[in-house]
Amino acid sequence: MSERTVELEVLRYNPETDGEPHFQRYSVTCREEWVVLDALNHIKETVDPTLSYRWSCHMAVCGSCGMMIDGEPKLACKTFLRDYPGVIRVEPLAHFPVERDLVTVIDDFIAKLTRVKPYLIPKEEKPVAAGEYRQTPAQLKRYKQFTLCINCMLCYAACPEYGIIPKFLGPAAISLAHRWNQDSRDGGRAQRQEEIAATEGVWECSFTGACSEVCPEHVDPAAALQQVKIKSTVDWYLAHTMPWLNK
Amino acid sequence: METITSDIAIIGAGGAGLRAAIALAQADPRLRIALISKVYPMRSHTCAAEGGAAGVIKGDDSLEQHFNDTVGGGDWLCDQDAVDYLVQEAPKELLQLEHWGCPWSRELDGSVAVRPFGGMKIQRTWFAADKTGFHLLHTLFQTSLQFSSIERYDEYYATDLLVDEGRCCGLTAIEMRSGQMRQFRARAVIIAGGGAGRMFPFTTNGAIKTGDGMALAYRAGVPLKDMEFVQYHPTGLPSTGTLLTEACRGEGGVLLNKHGRRFLQDYGMGPETPIGKPVLKTMELGPRDRLSQAFWHEQKKGNMVTTQWGDAMLLDMRHLGEQKINERLPLVRDMSISYMGVDPVRDPVPVRPVVHYMMGGIHTDIRAATPLAGLYAAGECACVSINGANRLGSNSLTELLVFGRRAALSAMEYLASDPGRGNSQAIDAQAEAARARVRALFQKSGGESIAGLRKEMMHTLEQHAGIYRSGEGLSEACATLAALRRRYANIELHDKTNVYNTDLLQALELGSMLDCAEAVAVSALERRESRGAHQRLDFTERDDARYLKHSLASFQGAAAPRVDYSDVVITKSQPGVRDYSGGHA
Ligand SMILES: Cc1cc2nc3c(=O)[nH]c(=O)nc-3n(C[C@H](O)[C@H](O)[C@H](O)COP(=O)(O)OP(=O)(O)OC[C@H]3O[C@@H](n4cnc5c(N)ncnc54)[C@H](O)[C@@H]3O)c2cc1C
Ligand code: SF4
Ligand code: FES
Repeated sequence: MSERTVELEVLRYNPETDGEPHFQRYSVTCREEWVVLDALNHIKETVDPTLSYRWSCHMAVCGSCGMMIDGEPKLACKTFLRDYPGVIRVEPLAHFPVERDLVTVIDDFIAKLTRVKPYLIPKEEKPVAAGEYRQTPAQLKRYKQFTLCINCMLCYAACPEYGIIPKFLGPAAISLAHRWNQDSRDGGRAQRQEEIAATEGVWECSFTGACSEVCPEHVDPAAALQQVKIKSTVDWYLAHTMPWLNK
Repeated sequence: METITSDIAIIGAGGAGLRAAIALAQADPRLRIALISKVYPMRSHTCAAEGGAAGVIKGDDSLEQHFNDTVGGGDWLCDQDAVDYLVQEAPKELLQLEHWGCPWSRELDGSVAVRPFGGMKIQRTWFAADKTGFHLLHTLFQTSLQFSSIERYDEYYATDLLVDEGRCCGLTAIEMRSGQMRQFRARAVIIAGGGAGRMFPFTTNGAIKTGDGMALAYRAGVPLKDMEFVQYHPTGLPSTGTLLTEACRGEGGVLLNKHGRRFLQDYGMGPETPIGKPVLKTMELGPRDRLSQAFWHEQKKGNMVTTQWGDAMLLDMRHLGEQKINERLPLVRDMSISYMGVDPVRDPVPVRPVVHYMMGGIHTDIRAATPLAGLYAAGECACVSINGANRLGSNSLTELLVFGRRAALSAMEYLASDPGRGNSQAIDAQAEAARARVRALFQKSGGESIAGLRKEMMHTLEQHAGIYRSGEGLSEACATLAALRRRYANIELHDKTNVYNTDLLQALELGSMLDCAEAVAVSALERRESRGAHQRLDFTERDDARYLKHSLASFQGAAAPRVDYSDVVITKSQPGVRDYSGGHA
């Protein structure tokens, strides 16, 4: 296949030496099948070893390589150079503080993930020796899609609300809470609900659907948000009109 | 230097490290656990595992059969007491994962489903579509979040173990965000650092698999065992090395040469089985070493298709139909289309063998204990050894659960003996020395490039330590690697800053890989026989009289490692012939 030369404009920022972030241009001779990550690796190996970014799997499963590519949140390992005719602008994921170059600080997401209790809170205690919890393919299907989140944070970079209200739990954390709520083995919804129904839990979402559009794994976080919001509304309604039902 | 004190420090937060951490937290909530990882836990390479995890669960299966498949698959180099423990604990661990919410694929009645896998005579591989490792890792990671006693140090790069009076007392690690060296003091350390496939140019392994965990133990005096056994997986995409899981063949995919012939029948794995009706343990469901070797011979005969990335065979899944492919192998379809431009529903996918897994690793006993007191190891970085000369697919996810937990229990037993924390001043001095060693890298101006040395290392291993090897080639590899290690002393960093300095990290990772690579080449040169994944063109037969033994490579500083041998534990299965012909009993 053919080789061609591609221009990349990469955001650089080193807190120790740079007052301000700035763009640096690289031209790369690349192969037809290359993804943006291949171009970055090529730059790092042959042109500029100081360029910093995260990656590991090169197969869209580890979630490390999220970045803005021509203004859109993308996985660098699944974004093909051939789809970009002009100069390609590469920046760190929007809405996250920049640690260095394309590396962002993701503490906020990790804290939020922890808060929604993303683990099985069993509906019914059963010793492991008693065998598996039965779960039919149909029951599995109810939550399976929401297990596919690779924590890449593209949805946070796309979410207009998260940009304005950083306390918002955000698409992935809520999708994961929903994943556990929907699991037939789980009985922890009430516990998770406290976090989710709080002010910055789910209410900030205005359903632009941007999260689902950018999600590389087709998790459809917007659908999770919508379902959670309906449930939260019902809960709120019950709690405020018929409080005795909740206790 | 900032010092962080805990009871047990774990290096690595992949499947093995997380499993160990949870076992500790559950066993004793008062234990302070430091979980140290150079990437966020869910980025660990366990996430890339596709096919599944083996464990006896169905009525038609037995522990004995899982044992026999594993030991025969490993060409009798497995320690049989360890395999016994593995197969016995496997179902419990996989059920435990189920109880933590792992989304295993199911039968209609709601029980866990199993699928066929290479080298396994009975269907016993649990799976979660074709993202088993991903689900296993995320289930473990999310489960771990409920234990406040697990203190995570994400994006900390471990550089050295701290050893005093013959006991491991902690480690040093670079906090990547600040670039500062930290000292971790612990009464016991568990290494769960993963594999080292990145020593080779064409691999399914992610960027982080650079053998750091192995190198840490090796430099601290713990031998690396059976390093000559490197697994090639037969079916990687020629463009990127991305794996197409063995489940492709488990579900019924077949391998063709350019004449459309299912050539495996010509290499002792026939007779041909009906298309779409895979038969266990023969033809396409033979073991990985045999399949990769068959490719090599067909390539020599000119029977492979040519692609722009080199020779390839064809993996034909068309007869499975779109629905089954979407349901059982969605990732495979997605990746074939994305990275090769081939839709397996419509066309056969070109594939070729690719470096996949290290059977060898840190020498441990069946308790996951290394010879260094206070140091334990589990997962791909360790060699316990249940994989012998060739790992069977879907045994390693099981291994990291079983032995991750085992390492935790053993470390707790060790703590109960009240080992103490060593001489504080002596350990401080070691930590300072470790920091100085890293700082010295910033001062060097020898002009050797990291990428350059890395390329030479990869090329050397690919050329001389691949599917087939020879004494001559391996001698050359040893000489080249020794020279590369010398030249490594003159590497020059271009990035002299502190924050998230990947130039520095890559330099340190290269150091790990070079040490591991030399252990591979030297151990391979010394093993003058052919067994499992180690095939010598100059010694083509298995030689049980001389080499039914584990190799143990010991670090000798600047010199090449010393290789010793230890006995294989044989309890009930005497070495026999590995029969993957369809006619076998
Ligand atoms: C593509 C692919 C598919 C596979 N499919 C299967 C399958 O279907 N079934 C099966 O059984 N096996 C499979 N395997 C093998 C299996 O996935 C691995 O052997 C296993 O996941 C390794 O797990 P681990 O916990 O030992 O290491 P990893 O998951 O690789 O984790 C290593 C950890 O160590 C940390 N670390 C490393 N160095 C340092 C350092 N210097 N400082 C701090 N931390 C460090 C890393 O950050 C990481 O957290 C597959 C492997 C690959 C590559
Ligand atoms: S929901 Fe999708 S976009 Fe958001 S973090 Fe998960 S995988 Fe990424
Ligand atoms: S490198 Fe793993 S998702 Fe891109």
